[in-house]
Amino acid sequence: MTADTTNAAPDPSAPHEIELLSFRVEDHEYSVDIMSVREIRGWTRTTSLPHSPSYVRGVINLRGTVLPVIDLAMRLGMDPTEPDDRNVIIVIDVDGRTLGLRVDAVSDILTLPTEKLRSPPEIAADENQTFLRALTIIDERMVRVLDLSSIMPDIGEVAA
Amino acid sequence: MSDPMNDIRASFFIECEELLEGLFDALQTMSDGSADDETINVAFRAVHSIKGGAGAFALDQVVSFAHHFETAMDDVRSGKLAPSDDLVQLFFRCGDILSDLVRAARDETTVDAALVDPVLEELGKYSTSPDSGEAEEEISDFQPLTLDLGDLGAPADGADDDFDALLASLPPLPSDDEPQEPVARTVVFRPEPELYKSGNEPLFLLRSLGELRPSAVRLDFDPDSAPGARMTWTVEFDDPVKCEMVEEVFEFVQGLCTLSFGSDASPRESVPAEEAAGTFAPADLPMDKIPEPASPTSDVAPPLATIDPAATDEDGPAEATTAMPGGAPKGGAAPKNMASPTVRVDLSRVDRLVNLVGELVINQAMLSQSVAQSSLGSNTAITSGLEEFLQLTRDIQESVMMIRAQPVKSLFQRMSRIVREASAAVGKKVVLTTDGENTEIDKTVIERLADPLTHMIRNAVDHGLEKTEDRQAAGKPAEGQVRLSASHKSGRVVIEVSDDGGGINRPKVRQIAIDKGLIPEDAALTDGEIDQLLFMPGFSTATTVSNLSGRGVGMDVVKNAITALGGRISITSHAGKGTTFSISLPLTLAVLDGMVVSVAGEALVMPLNAIVETLTLDGESVRRLGPNSNVVLVRESFVPLLDLGVELGYRAPKENYAGAIALLSGQEDGHRAALVVDSIEDQRQVVIKGIQDSYGRVPGVAAATILGDGQIALILDPSDLIQNSSGQSRAPANIEAV
Repeated sequence: MTADTTNAAPDPSAPHEIELLSFRVEDHEYSVDIMSVREIRGWTRTTSLPHSPSYVRGVINLRGTVLPVIDLAMRLGMDPTEPDDRNVIIVIDVDGRTLGLRVDAVSDILTLPTEKLRSPPEIAADENQTFLRALTIIDERMVRVLDLSSIMPDIGEVAA
Repeated sequence: MSDPMNDIRASFFIECEELLEGLFDALQTMSDGSADDETINVAFRAVHSIKGGAGAFALDQVVSFAHHFETAMDDVRSGKLAPSDDLVQLFFRCGDILSDLVRAARDETTVDAALVDPVLEELGKYSTSPDSGEAEEEISDFQPLTLDLGDLGAPADGADDDFDALLASLPPLPSDDEPQEPVARTVVFRPEPELYKSGNEPLFLLRSLGELRPSAVRLDFDPDSAPGARMTWTVEFDDPVKCEMVEEVFEFVQGLCTLSFGSDASPRESVPAEEAAGTFAPADLPMDKIPEPASPTSDVAPPLATIDPAATDEDGPAEATTAMPGGAPKGGAAPKNMASPTVRVDLSRVDRLVNLVGELVINQAMLSQSVAQSSLGSNTAITSGLEEFLQLTRDIQESVMMIRAQPVKSLFQRMSRIVREASAAVGKKVVLTTDGENTEIDKTVIERLADPLTHMIRNAVDHGLEKTEDRQAAGKPAEGQVRLSASHKSGRVVIEVSDDGGGINRPKVRQIAIDKGLIPEDAALTDGEIDQLLFMPGFSTATTVSNLSGRGVGMDVVKNAITALGGRISITSHAGKGTTFSISLPLTLAVLDGMVVSVAGEALVMPLNAIVETLTLDGESVRRLGPNSNVVLVRESFVPLLDLGVELGYRAPKENYAGAIALLSGQEDGHRAALVVDSIEDQRQVVIKGIQDSYGRVPGVAAATILGDGQIALILDPSDLIQNSSGQSRAPANIEAV
């Protein structure tokens, strides 16, 4: 994991640094590799998809293409909340597909050396565990780095 | 270096496809018995042009086969051979092989000689000319000319030696095969005042003309003419020059001068002064003389052909050819080839245009909506301008769609080949009749229809039609009929494949399905349901591999392919009378006419073609069938009632459907359902946006679209909704199927 992120880092003089976009989901701080972020948009009403998992908020119009939006809070197993205008949609590219993530607010861009990333401890009981790629501590705060591939709903599962 | 050659090569193969299409057309006409003299000529020309092109690319296999093919056809053309049915059938097979050879050459593969040789041998049997081999091969490039010269008593064989001399000594002939290049001995050039005004210099033109080695030049000066048009040059040549080469010199001043050609060897004598004066009329002569300088004002006037300054390059030589021989009175012959000009465009460019127009339609809708929401009155210039904009957008959209549309003819021709091959393989006599081959559908649809249609045609020949003996026993004509038809029906294209065979053997189908464990042994199935078994995956098997059908690719693959195109397939079969498969397809894959409805606060689009009518339900007509299922009585038949809000999981079922609005949806296979919606918002064209790529398949949803307010609305798939409706309503759905 460290190898590909360092290659993608924008600053070649610091090959061992990674930039993360951190954001808030309810009261927790999460982050994604900034290289997979395409854009950040304000919240717009979604069109819900029938027979979709509850965490799939629906689809929005992203300049003429249909963009599925996932409610990250619900995907991570938190209680559903009604979206409000201060929420944002982070548009990410993952595995060749484009996806929107609904989060509460974007907070910061963090630059840190890759060796500060820790693998998440294997606690099978916690459902969120499967979506995390790494953990790190910044200024006494724990920042979770999401594993985007596992966030994406499985097409086969949806189509069933 | 290699690129332009590749381009030429590519366009040669595209042309070949068109020529082959023309060839099969002509052969079909011949086999229908409605051929005239021109038909065989068309076929001959097609083969000949392919041969000529193939020769240029050194495609020897194509050239040699086309040569033999062409020889046989020429015998028919000259009346040496009668176009019997057998011969026409042989020609069809030759055409098939020629197509194979051309395609093989294009893909740089080879065709097995075992396929080609028997046909060649058979062709040889018909051959009347003993010298159709080597001798003619040598002069094959000149062959059509040789044939024409034969009419004048010139020897057809061994003509290559003195051919050039012969050609030079003869006046150019009008030719059916290839437009003979017009030549001229006199070129008359009269600049118009515009030529000087636009900065052109006659000196340079004459200088370039000098490169063609003229023998004499004469300048006539007419002081009475309008200033600037007083000078006329007459250039004479000892040897005839090609008009085309002369025109090339004057290419840049086309329309700025009068250019005429004469074929007479000694124009000085036969273009007397009064002729010259008459031709280049002074201003006081009637104006109609001017555009026709070669008009026969003088009895001794040589036959001159006029190149109309405005005429296109193609018209020019054609007129000259027709006007020259035998002193034809005028050069104003109508161009004989009236085929409309075409442009070849890369498909991706068209697609880009289609996409852009799609965006334009959405944008236009957004604009209309925001104007409607603003406080502008309804009679302002903006709204009336928008009206026009709306109309224009629609027109543009239709025109763009027309670019992509193509007649299904090419597809049908391929199918007639499949029938020929399939019937030969199983030893049945089969006649394919086609209908509506000029029906146009989107190009992509045509391409993607080829495979499923091939399979269906093979099935019809192999399984649909009975064996010849069985047919005769049943009192049917020995020849089986397969019918392929295309037609427009309420905004969709319907393609039908029907045979006059024995119909579906339902007990057998049922038994196979039981054997394969597709249905339980005691399943009670209606005829319609048994027919549907054919579409089940795994029904078709590889155990009965014939060369034809039964390769393990079953009708389920056909059905999937059709469904992927937004189409539906249905069967009707009558025992002893035959089976009809009916495919219904959307006209285009990019836009759709839909009804915008609202369900539980969500906007949805229902394809308009799926809506039979809209209903307002009253308490009387809705009957409760089970705890959660209802039917509605529509004109004395019970139709299952589906609440879209429930079907899509948006809300819980209502207690009472009285007063609700429903869309009565009908399908090709006769299934109907009343879909309950909250309200009907609008009826409009929507641009289809796929959601499969970004999200995956959603049950009951065909695609998405973007509405005027920028919101996404889902486009429903009514057949999927009805067939996979929630369990409770499943039972009544079968009422209609019976």
